[in-house]
Amino acid sequence: MAEHAAPAGTGRLAALVAWIDARFPMTKMWKEQAAEYYAPKNFNVWYYFGSLALLVFALQIVTGIFLTMSYKPSAADAFGSVEYIMRDVEWGWLIRYLHSTGASAFFILVYLHMFRALLYGSHRRPRELLWIFGVLIYLALMAEAFFGYLLPWGNMSYWGAQVIVSLFGSFPLIGDALVEWIRGDYFISDITLNRFFALHVVALPLVLIFLVVAHLLALHEVGSNNPDGIEIKKVKGPDGHPADGIPFHPYYTVKDLFGVGVFLVLFAAVVFFAPEMGGLFLEAPNFEPANPLLTPEHIAPVWYFTPYYAMLRAVPAFAGTQVWGVLVLFAAILLLFFLPWLDRAPVKSIRYRGPIYKAALMLFAATFIMLGYCGLKPAVEPFKTISVVGTVYYFIFFLAMPWYTRIDSHKPEPPRVTA
Amino acid sequence: MGEAIDRGRRQLLTAATTLTGAVGVAFAAVPFLASWKPSARAKALGAPVEIDISKLDPGAMLKIEWRGKPVWVVRRTPEMIARLASVEGFLADPASERSRQPAYAKNAGRAVNPEYFVVLGVCTHLGCAPMSRFEPGDAELTTSSPGDWPGGFYCPCHGSKFDLSGRVFRGVPAPTNLEVPPYAFTGAGHILIGLDQGSVA
Repeated sequence: MAEHAAPAGTGRLAALVAWIDARFPMTKMWKEQAAEYYAPKNFNVWYYFGSLALLVFALQIVTGIFLTMSYKPSAADAFGSVEYIMRDVEWGWLIRYLHSTGASAFFILVYLHMFRALLYGSHRRPRELLWIFGVLIYLALMAEAFFGYLLPWGNMSYWGAQVIVSLFGSFPLIGDALVEWIRGDYFISDITLNRFFALHVVALPLVLIFLVVAHLLALHEVGSNNPDGIEIKKVKGPDGHPADGIPFHPYYTVKDLFGVGVFLVLFAAVVFFAPEMGGLFLEAPNFEPANPLLTPEHIAPVWYFTPYYAMLRAVPAFAGTQVWGVLVLFAAILLLFFLPWLDRAPVKSIRYRGPIYKAALMLFAATFIMLGYCGLKPAVEPFKTISVVGTVYYFIFFLAMPWYTRIDSHKPEPPRVTA
Repeated sequence: MGEAIDRGRRQLLTAATTLTGAVGVAFAAVPFLASWKPSARAKALGAPVEIDISKLDPGAMLKIEWRGKPVWVVRRTPEMIARLASVEGFLADPASERSRQPAYAKNAGRAVNPEYFVVLGVCTHLGCAPMSRFEPGDAELTTSSPGDWPGGFYCPCHGSKFDLSGRVFRGVPAPTNLEVPPYAFTGAGHILIGLDQGSVA
């Protein structure tokens, strides 16, 4: 097909494209993934967040590479090298703030992107694998953020890592050995910092790139869902393409470009005017170097981990071990993988679902935000009780889903997408 | 060739090759996984440390670092020791049955010599450093589980409370008493942290 499919334009450029196409599937890939990838025509604002997350991923890679050029991954030099980047490296402050703000932006976008799936049933058959790749990206992203947070070697970096690594110590029998193995020392030390650096800049980014490619390939194989939650492939036009589909390029490339513009305005506003976001994006104790003998008054992880942190703290020690809280934390994340099979509703989109799912989902979103807020606060009342109630509801939302989605009413889906 | 394909044989060979390869991968993984264990240098730096307690006043506390963790030595006054018995009703593990300490520190004072209390300043909940709040009747800490605050340690991270023997009060996140590290009196007012009492004589 390559020789017949040369793009508009003649002469040397067309000849070059034909030369490449004979040796590498350039035009073929472009058509499959963009120019002839038919996406539903009814995408709304919720469909911006995937492409924006990809943009931020690219931004993190680029800013990360440049930070690596001035950062020193050792306990003696790390904190100083970050100050050096902030004060002495030309534009270093901007590159670092882009990276630190990018981390929080990444999570905001990913959370919105995941919520979109819950709204429109994007995780449902036939997109289960697409969803699972997505949850794996989310997991890898959490690991990436955790490893990265130790690198500035501030006191909150240090004690945050101390708390999270200690979680593994609560496993019976193997706990202590496991923690020692993760740290490579008897405490969070230079050795730990050095290996977290390797994981943050090499291992996890490679994993993420692989998963993102898999996520996109799965998406383009199965086709995008849409706000009506119906399959556009069922109704084909005379040209054999979905009647309600439009080519991703130029229609959605241009639409996404508009989203990029809006996003960058907001993003730049944070980078330039509130890079610390009142201690949410960069926590105050992290402006002091790591001190193994001095715990910050109040240890809270960065905001994107706090819903799970609240769940961890909501579970009391029982039978002489606090492994239960850790198990609850892991279970809360693992449950996400099973979501496509927990949801038994005959329709996918919130537009055609009954009142039970609508209420359950809104309450879930509110609970998740509430848990996140509790996780930022000290473990005192009323946050303790709210955390317990929130944790219970989080699990009810998932575990009771097969039941309440089945008894819920629903409206008939339209045969074609609506406006 | 015209011969029929022997699928059983092919399957056996494929399985055998896969298995052999998997064993090889497992062996090859060992050095990489083992490289994460504490290195020889880390082990050397984790050697015992000596602490001079001859100038420690009654009721005062010394902090030193051993393996990156804070080790505290509290010289308890007779009144402090006397208060230990009065809080036992509020403790989660008064006899230190579920807690970690060397055998020679598994007693009411959790110490070789009740006057000198040696403990790791690491909360058994999630590894924060508790604070010393030795003054009895501290208003902020009196509100809950032990009633009138008897003096002890308080972890600011998640609110765990311990008595003057590092024993945890009931109803706080920490499941067990503060850990007592191995230590030994070496005579002449010195304590060696990281080596068991009895192994130096």
